[in-house]
Amino acid sequence: MTDATASQPPVRSLFAEDARTRRRNRAEARFRAYGFAAVVIGILALIMLLISILSNGLSSFRQTYVTFPVDLAEARLDPQGNRNPEEMAAVTTFGYLPVMAMAFIEHVEALGIEHDLSPQEMAAMISGEAPAQLRAMVLENPSLVGQTVTLEMLVNGRIDGYFKGRVTMASAERDNNVTPGQLVLAQALADAGAMETRFNWSFVTAPDASGQRPEAAGLGVAIIGSFYMMLVVLALALPIGVAASIYLEEFAPKNRLTDIIEVNISNLAAVPSIVFGILGLAIFINFAGLPQSAPIVGGLVLTLMTLPTIIIATRASLRAVPPSIREAALGVGASKMQSVFHHVLPLAAPGILTGTIIGLAQALGETAPLLLIGMVAFVREYPAAPLDGLFDPASALPVQVYNWTQRSDPAFVERASGAIIVLLVFLVFMNALAILLRRRFERRW
Amino acid sequence: MNDMRVTERTVTDKEIKMKARKVQVFYGDNHAIKDVDVDIEDKTVTAFIGPSGCGKSTFLRCLNRMNDTIDICRVEGDIQLDGEDIYDPKVDPVQLRAKVGMVFQKPNPFPKSIYDNVAYGPRIHGLARSKSELDEIVEKSLRRAAIWDEVKDRLDAPGTGLSGGQQQRLCIARAVATSPEVLLMDEPCSALDPIATAQVEELIDELRERFSVVIVTHSMQQAARVSQKTAFFHLGNLVEFGETSKIFTNPDDPRTESYITGRIG
Repeated sequence: MTDATASQPPVRSLFAEDARTRRRNRAEARFRAYGFAAVVIGILALIMLLISILSNGLSSFRQTYVTFPVDLAEARLDPQGNRNPEEMAAVTTFGYLPVMAMAFIEHVEALGIEHDLSPQEMAAMISGEAPAQLRAMVLENPSLVGQTVTLEMLVNGRIDGYFKGRVTMASAERDNNVTPGQLVLAQALADAGAMETRFNWSFVTAPDASGQRPEAAGLGVAIIGSFYMMLVVLALALPIGVAASIYLEEFAPKNRLTDIIEVNISNLAAVPSIVFGILGLAIFINFAGLPQSAPIVGGLVLTLMTLPTIIIATRASLRAVPPSIREAALGVGASKMQSVFHHVLPLAAPGILTGTIIGLAQALGETAPLLLIGMVAFVREYPAAPLDGLFDPASALPVQVYNWTQRSDPAFVERASGAIIVLLVFLVFMNALAILLRRRFERRW
Repeated sequence: MNDMRVTERTVTDKEIKMKARKVQVFYGDNHAIKDVDVDIEDKTVTAFIGPSGCGKSTFLRCLNRMNDTIDICRVEGDIQLDGEDIYDPKVDPVQLRAKVGMVFQKPNPFPKSIYDNVAYGPRIHGLARSKSELDEIVEKSLRRAAIWDEVKDRLDAPGTGLSGGQQQRLCIARAVATSPEVLLMDEPCSALDPIATAQVEELIDELRERFSVVIVTHSMQQAARVSQKTAFFHLGNLVEFGETSKIFTNPDDPRTESYITGRIG
């Protein structure tokens, strides 16, 4: 016994840290610091992204309008005098332009604002889109002719930029599209209450506008186009993806062939999206003859892209259902299909839904394949209601962002950031829905 | 030992419910069950005992073709239920499993209400024509599984919220709800505490009045307590099959003796 006690290591106090423990603790502290730093970097990047987008884009939700009375003279707008919209359509936008310009100049005089601008300079302060809007309004409601109506009209993008701080007197000096005198008048009109900058619904409802009229450009067609594409993706990718996963996971024999299929599905998920665009162009447009720029083609291409995501998520959640549930169902005499549809699928549903929504969110933000199938086109007309509308030309949110960043007018910088905000809001909403569904329907066993 | 004499008396010449002849099971290249011949009598508890991995569960799962779900598993030989070959190509395993119910090692209630757990089998087999008939079947099954009194006030509560022993009895109720003729139990008490085990054992003894019960167990005491017939498996072979009392008191094969005295296994 004495030998045994002699060979034991010396007694060490619990209060004294030995070298080994110290090293271990230091390593742990270092690792924690690295992890914390990584999280901080990630959060900082996110904050910077949000700040840059919000500071650039939030102003696109506000727009400057000028209010003035317009005398809709019959002699100019309805020479025949019978209020027939078809005949009135003979008067083009160019016929409305002087009516509007004159009314604006008279209103400035009536307000008693002093200025030294030419009539052309004054007319240029109103958006090029305004006469077209007035014409559409009159054609829709011919009884307005002969009356004097008070109109709220978009102002030129540069004047709008002045109220948003983008255009200054100094920049106007060097700018061919705006003069400091116009800005002075705009400020005077704003002081007189005739010009104001307010919330701008038309940014999310209006169609796109030409490069010279950033003030009128909106996301309406792009939102509808994206929505239609999501409908197509949901209607195709969810049933096909879930059916394929159930077959592969529950019914298919495990052999070489299914192994190959499995590997290929995983590979498909990693295929660059532009490749799907080329595929869509070759198959759906060139071979199948579907129209270009149509949400149906975009939807089909995005379905191909989303399928692997949905299949992988669905198979993972099917695999997460414990085999004992399948055995229990088979044990009471359920057929394979009954066991899958009565027990396995309901348990896997939250995972499937989450995977689907994440796949949809991915598809919603996808740009590259849509460029190849012509969704980058300039579309002014709203697509019709589904199902016909699926074949009408439309744009898509991410493509609209891409489109706007290509345009020269600086007002489109704000527009593009605004569109990104709208896109992000949709994505955040969809991801929140995914989380909510998962929380709500997740069952434990 | 007293117990055994009681069970001995109850064994009479009963009709043979299931008959297995020359059963071979292969998992891929692995020959898991070799030449097993067993007769399972009606209204009798038959216990399969043996060390881990000896093939007793595998053989049990052949009796209602649960092995069909394993791709690499191949069964040869002849297994009959009431004289009909259950591996005949004409046999639908779903119909077979309605007649040969199963209770698993780990309690595996569906994550649904207690009521739905028991009603599921009768529903898919169309055993009840009305809601009241279904209610009756559920109550009867829960009573047979000796759990009715504990759950009658909370039939809508989830089955997964019960204790382990209650869950296992719920699974037994679920198995008997389809009125099977044979009930297979794969180590039904291995996940239960001694009190729950005693309840389930008592239950097995009651179930014997209506069904033929086959139970796989690791516990030799349990086999001795509940069964009338015992089969001892070792390394995929059926070493000995006979009256429980004989196996435990006077086994023919030295391997059986070694196992029950604790020298192998």
